[in-house]
Amino acid sequence: MDPRAITAEPQARRPDTVPGLGRSLDSQEMVINMGPQHPSTHGVLRLELVVDGEIVVDVIPHIGYLHRCFEKHCEHMTSYQQVIPYADRLDYVAAMSNELGYVVGVERLLGIKVPERVEYIRVIMAEFSRIVSHLIAIGTYGMDIGAFTPFLYCMRDREHVLDIFERTCGARLLYNYMWVGGLSHDVPPDFQESVRRFCRYFKPNVKELNDLLSYNKIFVERTANVGVLPAAVAVNYAVSGPALRGSGVHWDLRRDDPYSIYDRFEFDIPVGLGLKGTVGDCWDRYMVRVHEMEQSVRIIEQAVEQLPPGDVQSAIPKRIRPNAGELYARTETPKGELGYYIVSDGTASPFRVKVKAPSFVNLSALPAMCRGAMISDVVAILGSIDIVLGEVDR
Amino acid sequence: MNAPEICTALKERFADAIPEAKTDNVLQPSINVVPGTIKEVALFLRDDERMKFDLLMCLSGMDYTGGKLGVVYHLDSTVLKHKITLKVQLPTDSPHVESVEEIWKTANWHEREAFDLFGIIFDHHPDLRRILMPDDWDGHPLRKDFQVPEYYNGMKVPY
Repeated sequence: MDPRAITAEPQARRPDTVPGLGRSLDSQEMVINMGPQHPSTHGVLRLELVVDGEIVVDVIPHIGYLHRCFEKHCEHMTSYQQVIPYADRLDYVAAMSNELGYVVGVERLLGIKVPERVEYIRVIMAEFSRIVSHLIAIGTYGMDIGAFTPFLYCMRDREHVLDIFERTCGARLLYNYMWVGGLSHDVPPDFQESVRRFCRYFKPNVKELNDLLSYNKIFVERTANVGVLPAAVAVNYAVSGPALRGSGVHWDLRRDDPYSIYDRFEFDIPVGLGLKGTVGDCWDRYMVRVHEMEQSVRIIEQAVEQLPPGDVQSAIPKRIRPNAGELYARTETPKGELGYYIVSDGTASPFRVKVKAPSFVNLSALPAMCRGAMISDVVAILGSIDIVLGEVDR
Repeated sequence: MNAPEICTALKERFADAIPEAKTDNVLQPSINVVPGTIKEVALFLRDDERMKFDLLMCLSGMDYTGGKLGVVYHLDSTVLKHKITLKVQLPTDSPHVESVEEIWKTANWHEREAFDLFGIIFDHHPDLRRILMPDDWDGHPLRKDFQVPEYYNGMKVPY
């Protein structure tokens, strides 16, 4: 098989003839800069758009504006534990998920088992951070398309989750909460009740969001059949998370490569079905996020009922010094597959940490989605893959 | 297939390309591959009926110190649900390896990153430019012997 056959890309549509003229207009391509300061690039991202009139011929993303050499920092820390605050700052809207990925990796490298209570609290926090991240993704996506109100509704709901985080560990955005072998604090005494209260409060709000945005005619017109990413291309680009599931691929690491205690919970994996257009279009990617929030609430409800008592710091090792070895640990964060490739040489700090950031990989598939689309669709496509530049640039 | 079986199958097909493999008693089984053959091995792993490694999870550059660089490929099969790690070792003075961009498109940016931060040159890569560091940056920061420059474009670096 020809290695390139799988990723044959659509060509830009060019009008053959202009009505009344009998021939095509002489035209040339033009290069437009979008960003680095552009409201819909969600950070400092520069897109070099090559356009033929209103049609996008090619997109060349330029990244690195937020590069702070996370991987070099990791090598210069004096212990594995010190990496965690930096890991927070990768995907800063879902910091809990980043911490979980890193501590799961180091714990596997050390071969330690953490107490049940820790596992349950970690799952609850990771799912909360999925809800928070998706709320921001959905809210800002609506704003990109031109719907301002859903953004405020999403921010309102997000605040309730941040309150729970704040009462647990004192921080609202960057937590340093999950430690290797345990947690920095136990949850407050009324934790279970406040989680249940949030679940009761949040479930009707998803329906409200659907009425307001998901099935809104203007929104559907802007997103359905736009930026279609076929499943085979998505896998070849290693796209992950809602962007992959939007293309109809049943792939979720919580089920397909279980970590922590995800194998104990019942939840569905929503995939794109092409209800409003083609499978793998922007609307599918968006809708997967909405359904995932509902599934996260389901997981949280099960976990909070089963939450066992115990000490959350009993398994924290006095010194973290894994034997020489290496491991690629991956977890399903809100954006997709977050992988930490951790190499230990037997000393107290990592020899090498490579982060496979889901946003980085998903962004690399942007040109394949944009070719042949209109300029205004680029905004819709970029919003639908939901990148965070802190993670792209590391 | 588990890792030893994959290793045996690879050895049958590419006898000279597999100098070393660690598949027993390790957290993560890995197979070393000769740099010149990585593309054929990768294409075989992607398209063979028993392998079907359709997902390149991660591609990492490495600096093993002592004049050796490396590239590590983490592969996964979404169809058959098995994983394997490929490794390539390269001499620091001429770190050339064949690009696998044609086989897994995702390698494009990962290889650019490894070029940017380690100076590994991926032959036949369609667009091998720096990706994270500025275009006019000197050196490759993730190499273990990298020295932070005193000045960058005439500005004193304060660290």
